[in-house]
Parts: sequence; C-alpha cells; structure tokens
Amino acid sequence: MEKSIRRYFALFALPGLICFFISFVIPFIWGLVLSFCSFTTITDVTFTGLDNYIKAFTIDNYFTNAFVFTLLFTIVSVILINVIAFAFALLLTRNIPGTNAFRTIIFMPNLIGGIVLGWIWNVIINGILAAFQMNIMSDTKFGFWGLVILMLWQNAGYMMVIYIAAIQNIPQDELEAAAIDGANGWITLTRIIIPSVMPSITICLFLTLTNCFKLYDQNLALTAGNPNHGTEMLAMNIFNTFYSRVGFEGVGQAKAVIFTIVVALIALLQLAVTRKKEEAL
Amino acid sequence: MQVSRKYTKWIAFIILVIVSLYIVFPIAVVVMNSFKSRLFISNEPFALPNETTFVGLTNYTQGLAKTGFFSAFGYSLWITIASVFFILLCTSMLAWYITRVRGIATSIIYYLLTFSMIVPFQMVMFTMSKFANMLGIDNPVGIIILYVGFGCGMATFMFSGFIKSIPLALEEAAMIDGANPVKTFFLIVLPMLKSTAITIAILETMWVWNDYLMPYLTIGTEYRTIPVAIQYLRGGYGSVDMGAMMAMLFLAMLPVIIFYLACQKYIIKGVLAGAVKG
Amino acid sequence: MKKALTVILIAALALTSPIFAGGVKEEGPAEVYYLNFKPEIAEVYTNEVIPAFEEATGIPLKVVTAASNQYEPTLRSEITKSEPPVIFQVNGPVGLQTWKDYAAPLEDTSFYGMLSDKSMALSADGHVLAIPYTVEGYGIIYNDAIMRAYFALPDKAVSISSAEEINSFETLKAVVEDMTKHKDELGIQGVFASTSMAPGSDWRWQTHLFNVPLWAEFRDRSGDSSTALAAATEATEFEFRYNENFRKLWDLYLDNSVSAKGLLGGKNDADSMAEFALGQAAMVQNGNWGASQILGVPGNTVADSDIKFLPLYMDLDGEEGQGICVGTENYLCINKNASAEAQANAIAFLEWLFSSDEGKNLVTNRLGFITPFNTFTEDEQPTDPLARQVTEWMANTSVKSVPWTFAGIPSEQWKSDFGSALLEYINGNMEWAEAAEIARSSWAREAQLAGR
Repeated sequence: MEKSIRRYFALFALPGLICFFISFVIPFIWGLVLSFCSFTTITDVTFTGLDNYIKAFTIDNYFTNAFVFTLLFTIVSVILINVIAFAFALLLTRNIPGTNAFRTIIFMPNLIGGIVLGWIWNVIINGILAAFQMNIMSDTKFGFWGLVILMLWQNAGYMMVIYIAAIQNIPQDELEAAAIDGANGWITLTRIIIPSVMPSITICLFLTLTNCFKLYDQNLALTAGNPNHGTEMLAMNIFNTFYSRVGFEGVGQAKAVIFTIVVALIALLQLAVTRKKEEAL
Repeated sequence: MQVSRKYTKWIAFIILVIVSLYIVFPIAVVVMNSFKSRLFISNEPFALPNETTFVGLTNYTQGLAKTGFFSAFGYSLWITIASVFFILLCTSMLAWYITRVRGIATSIIYYLLTFSMIVPFQMVMFTMSKFANMLGIDNPVGIIILYVGFGCGMATFMFSGFIKSIPLALEEAAMIDGANPVKTFFLIVLPMLKSTAITIAILETMWVWNDYLMPYLTIGTEYRTIPVAIQYLRGGYGSVDMGAMMAMLFLAMLPVIIFYLACQKYIIKGVLAGAVKG
Repeated sequence: MKKALTVILIAALALTSPIFAGGVKEEGPAEVYYLNFKPEIAEVYTNEVIPAFEEATGIPLKVVTAASNQYEPTLRSEITKSEPPVIFQVNGPVGLQTWKDYAAPLEDTSFYGMLSDKSMALSADGHVLAIPYTVEGYGIIYNDAIMRAYFALPDKAVSISSAEEINSFETLKAVVEDMTKHKDELGIQGVFASTSMAPGSDWRWQTHLFNVPLWAEFRDRSGDSSTALAAATEATEFEFRYNENFRKLWDLYLDNSVSAKGLLGGKNDADSMAEFALGQAAMVQNGNWGASQILGVPGNTVADSDIKFLPLYMDLDGEEGQGICVGTENYLCINKNASAEAQANAIAFLEWLFSSDEGKNLVTNRLGFITPFNTFTEDEQPTDPLARQVTEWMANTSVKSVPWTFAGIPSEQWKSDFGSALLEYINGNMEWAEAAEIARSSWAREAQLAGR
C-alpha cells in the first residue's frame, strides 16, 4: 500500500509542500543568511558577519528595553490570565444559573482580532485617564497595564474554556469522597482539583506565554510603542527596525533570528515539561 | 451548610454578572460612540450621545467611504474562505501522505512543519513579502498560497495526529478491493477526518480573518482586508477620525459576533481540541 | 448539513471572485503609477483627477497613497516590486540622496520647462532629478475675530491694538498670557489649540517648529539665510544653539493650551484643527495645507476673512523682519527603471495636470497647491484663505520668509527621536537639557549613518 501511495506524491504532497516552501522554508533560510549581511534591496547584498547582531544591541537600547518590557508584560499577563481564568472556571462548574450564557459571553472577546481590540481599549483607557487629565501616552505604565487588561479581556475566556473542560473531567466520585471525608473547599481545590487539571494548566501556561511574547497587533493599535518606545514589544521593535530605518534591514533580520531562538527555547521547555509530566503519570 | 451553599452560589452569580458586564462594556462603548461626533469621543467616551454630539449615521457613511469597507469585507471573506478551504484540502492530503509513507524524507518534512509552528512571523516577514512579490503572488489570489504555506504546520500536525489513530485495515481493505489511493483517500479517509477538519477550519478561520501583518505587508498597499483598512484609518499625518473608527470597529466585530453566536458550540469545541492537541 | 455547507462555500467563492476581475490587465498604454505623499487629498485623486485624466488622454493612472509617516517605507517596498511607481516623491536633498539611483534626468522634459525658478529643482551628479510641485507656508494661524474681541477688552494688559502689530516673541507672549487670563470672557478654552503629540502627529513640532532654530543656526554657521539648507544637509553635528528659543515658544504653546499637558499624547493634528475651527482656540500652528481641516469641520465658526498667519516668533535677534516659513518638501521624481513608455506617460500626466485648463482647475481648486510653475497666472492660485495669506506674506517686502531648512535633517529617525523627547518633556519625565541633548546626539549618530 505504501508503495502505491508513494506514486501519488505529486497529487497528495506536492501542493502543500510547494506552498510551504514558498512561504516558509525559502524565506526562512534566506532570512537566516541575510541576518549576516548588509542590504537595502535584496539583490544588493554584502556579507558583514556578526555586525548586525552586534548592532542590534549597540545602535540604541530600544531592543534591550523591548526585551525587558516584553518579559515583564508576559510574566504579569500569564499569571493574571491563568489565575482569573481558573477562578472563572471554578465558578462556572458549580451549577450556577445561566452558566452557558456566561461562558458564551466571557469567551467572546477571544474571537475579535488584535487590531480591533487594540483600538477599542485605546478609547476606553483614554476615556478613563481623561478624567485625570491624562492619556495613555502620558506614561509607559498606562500602556503596560492597558496591554495587560486587554490581554486579560481577550484571553481569560479562552483559558477558562480549557479549565472548565478539565474540571468537568474530574471523576465525580472523587469529589464526593472528599466531601464525605469532610474536606473543606480549599483542601478539595489544592489536593484534588489542581492536581487533576495539571496537564491543562501546563497547556494554558504555554499558550498564554507564546501569545503574550509574540504580541504585535494589539501593541500596534493600543500605543504603537509610545511614548518614546517605552511600550514597544519585541515584535514591534523588529518590525520598526525593518521598515522605519533605511539600511537597517539586516539588523532587523538579526533581531528576528534572536527572537526566533528565544521563542524556540520556550517551545523546547514546554516539550520537556510535558514529557516529564507524561512520564510521571 | 445548605444556607451558606446557596449564599456562595448567589455571590458567584453576581460576580459573573459583573464580569459579563466588563466583557460587554467596551463593545457597548464602541457602539454608543459610533453615533457621536468625532470631536466628542476621545475626551468623554462614556457620555451618552446628546443633542450636540449625536450625528446619526455620519460616522458610518464616512467610515465606509474612507476605508472602502465593503471591498475590505469582500477581500477578507474571500481570502479567509479560500485559504481555509485550500489549507484543509492540501494539508489533509499531505498529512495522509507523510503518515502513510514512511521514510527519511517524510520525517524531515514532518519535523520542518512542526518547527514552522513555533517560528514567529517576524523571522520570515521581510523575505517572504519580497519573495511573494518576485513570484507575482502579492495579490488577493496569490496570498492564498502564502496562507496555505504558513497554516500548513499546525493543520498537518493535527491531521497526522488523528490519522495515526485510524486503523490501517480500512484503507487496506479498500485498496484490495481495487480502489486506487485517490479513491481511498477521498472516499474512505477524508470522511473520517471530519471532526478534526472542523477544528482546524475554526482555528485557521480565526487566524486568517484577524491577521494583520501578512496582508499588510504583501497586498496592503492595494488590497486592504478589514484589519488593514481599520489600521489605515490612522490617516494622514497621524490624524485619526475617531468617529469613523468607532463605526468601523463595530462593523468589523458584527460579523464575528454573529458567526460566533450561530456556531459557538463548534467554535468552543474546536478551540478546545486545538489547544489540547497543539 | 454537509451539502448545505458546500453550497454556501461555492456561493461565497463565486460571489467574491468578481472583485478580482478588475485586476486583470488589459493591453493598452502603459499605466502611470503615482505614489502620492499627501493623504489629505488622496480622495481628490481617486474621485476627480484619475477620471478626468483618463477621460482626456486614455492613459491609465493609478494613485496609491502611503499611510501616515509611512512614505519612505512604502516607497522602499514598492520600488523593488515588479510594477514599481513611475512617479514618486522625495522630501528634499536628503531624500534625493537616498533615491537618486532611481530618479530619471528631467532637464530635457517639458515638465522642467514649466518651472518658473529653475534653481528650485534638485540636482545630483549633473542632472536635474527632482522638481517641486507646490510651495507651502506655515506659521501660527490665528482667528482674527477672537483677537479683535481681545483687543477690544477694556482691561487688556498690552498697548497694541491688533494682532497685526505682534512682531516679536515678547509681544506675542504678553498677548497670549493676557488672553489666557481672559479666556472665559473670550469664550475660548485656551489660546493655542492642543499641541498634538499622538503617534505620527508630532511633525508640527519636531519638524516644523524646529525649522526656525535649525535655520537660524545654519544661517549663522554658513553666513547667509540662503545657504542654511545646504549647510544643514552636510552637517555632521548640530549644536542646537537656539534650543532655549525653541523652548520659549514651545512652553508658551503648552502653558496656554486648550488641553492639559497629560492629554496631549492622545491628540492628533485633526483634533487641534477642529478646536480652532470650533472657536475653542484662538491660535494653532500649521500651514496652508490645513485649510480643508478648518473649512471642512462641521460646525466651523471661523469666517474665511478672519483666518490669518503670524510668524513663529521665538525671541531671535531681528525677528521683526522675519516672515512665515515658506518652502517645499514635495519634489517629484520619475522612476528611471520604469518602461520608457510609462516614463513618457508620466510626464504627459504631469504636463496635463499642471498646464491644461482642466488640470490647472483641479490643482487650484481641489488639490489646493500654490504651484511654482509659469503656466499658472496670478489669479490661478488657490482661493482658500490660508493659501491667500501665504501669497500675501511672500509678497510682503518688509519681511523675509524663513526657508524650509528641515529637509537637511539627517533621517526620519532623528525626527522620531526628537519627537519622543518632546513628549517625554511634556510628560515631565525629561528635563529640557536632556531633550536638547537628544537632538544633538541623535543628529551626530544619524549623520554618520547617513554617510556624511
């Protein structure tokens, strides 16, 4: 059977592979090469070694600042999103009237695109700050917390849905047994619920981690990195390096490679953690 | 005990009502402001429209004209439907091929595809948009190829995960009955992939419909999808017509919300399956 | 279910596909692709210029407008495409330096022949490569009705009696500060409209207001006003000698504004122009291109005859003889890599636009350009009040216009750096000395990167 399928390579595999090579493999390799070159148009390229990588950190401190900002934002958002989503999930698994309606509403923002979301919150936050004669551009902390609130609004519902499914999968008799033993709410939560939804927690942590780390659209529409690059996240810094400065395409590409490596490390970490969990089970 | 249970239930209910209001509130603000004059939006967005600030449908007519919303909607719809359709078609075949044909080549492809899932778009955006232009696929038809290529990783990964769990016996039986691989795939395998396909379709639809950077970089100067059209409202010299912006934000959300309410069962199921498998 | 889904899918595909039917190129004259710089008049091109030109000549014209502050990046990506823009714009000598390899020689074209003052064109390597198409002026726009109301106040603190008599920073400051005291009586919320600092809206300050100290410094360093731009274009370092003068006027704007400082980061220039149009502010710094933003605002309360200009006084020596800032940053180039036919058609388009009756009518009345071409007569100049004011100031022999020197700024990055510093100064996160230092250090770095 394998042999006969193999003959149909052109039909089954080729269309997808052609697209994959055009939009990913070739641009990826090309990008990797260009990160070691200086170029303004892609036909006019000179090899410059690690120059771009050095420039990425030395030409200005925006890249390092963006790194710190992104990291802080990611840590705060990941924790807040997951704690709150988990709390919602606990509430929504208690047979409260209107559970389905609540779930529908809370999940909804997740479907709205980043650009639209960013503009919505831009208006809301500026409206609130206007009462204090301020604006989201007045201080980087407004942009920071604005982004956190925005991500919370968008992602909490998504994570909640995952947690709800996990909590509902906990065998009912375990919970009943705990209740008969006289366990209070806290003990049931820490001894039974959390351990049994651990795999979902891992999934949610990494989903939010990569979502927050790679954020661009929301960042662009909410503050566009202002004031003074203070709310510029990594993805935006890379974009700006590519497209707002003449002759910095190589540096932008080098930054993109560094960004890719960091994201890949996070993914590897996730893989390792998940593997370990599976072995433990 | 019984009394306190009831108590906590009510507290939980109230909390959830507040949370729901928090979710709906920003959307309501947008809708309300879309009827206010643009001069009264940035400073007092929470004030209801009144005699001086109410402008009727002006923001809508202006926004529609400024953004070319209907053509943007058309592009978004076409690109989303066509991309998702071809992603499903190409990747289900590809996934079947690389799962059933074992070898070094297919496993390299498999790992490359998996790898592409984690690579951020910024890594390839510059070279990809240049390459797309060189190939002449920087138009609303050609961008489908880019979406299929970039959506390939996750879709193939999920399809092949499912295909691995299908017993070979069915396909072998069909082949013995004289069906060629084409028939076997489309008549036997594909129908079994339905639920995975729905999951993938939902995830890819959400991605393509809301995607900003790829259409902006490849086709954005001439053909604007909805997110690109909205961002273009930040117009000349940084000025933004907030009134038109509000109206367009609402129009952009409307189809998504309707779609969501109509198929929320599938969407939540799909997102759930996607999260667990991805 | 499945069938229904298939039907919907096919229907949707069929419905959306006609959109692209228009994209199919027909055989015919080579298309003129013009990458337009001015978003405020983008609609005029689409709705009026394109139909009129295609009707008149049969040559297809495509006008694409870059998003705000995205002209350079857009041009950079468009020009390497397989169908690049045929007509594009550079902002002056610095811009031409980047794009001269793409610019075709224009000295033998009829378009160059139309230019009244040939010295206005930009040249490099012995060829004329870029030709200006509009002259613009900016300063402080004021609403004379409010000013008259102020000067009629019995308890005004100044001795002059009309806005026309303001001819130095000292008087301007006295008038403005006294007006702020009387703002309730005058019915205004502030003397100056909001100093817009929203992303992409800070060009009125980091480029236009900055032009005056920049010009003054390079006038001193090169010895003459007319050589200031050339000197700035080559300068490897910038001293910001007149930073305190900049600050004086800047602080005056901020302290007598419609909006509190904290709100400025969210204001864009359209907001400021609307405040002026609605009579909430008496003054706003802007140029004649902003006319449509005043006249086009619903509820505009300013009469045409009350819209006037004041120069940007900032306590420089001899500023009584200083006029408004007049110049151009709009030069057109023809892409020499485009096909010969497309280049010829591009020239035909420009010739049609700036010399045919139909084209000139559009230029004067719809695009609102004050053109530097000899094909336009005296009365074929835009009739909006700001354009008229610019021509009046230029004709006034008792003052000398300040030439646009900001085209000598080494890069867009410098503008962005200085703009950010100005916002940080407003937000109270940066001392003035620090902001001025950023202007200097960024200049040195960017000049070096630009290969000066």
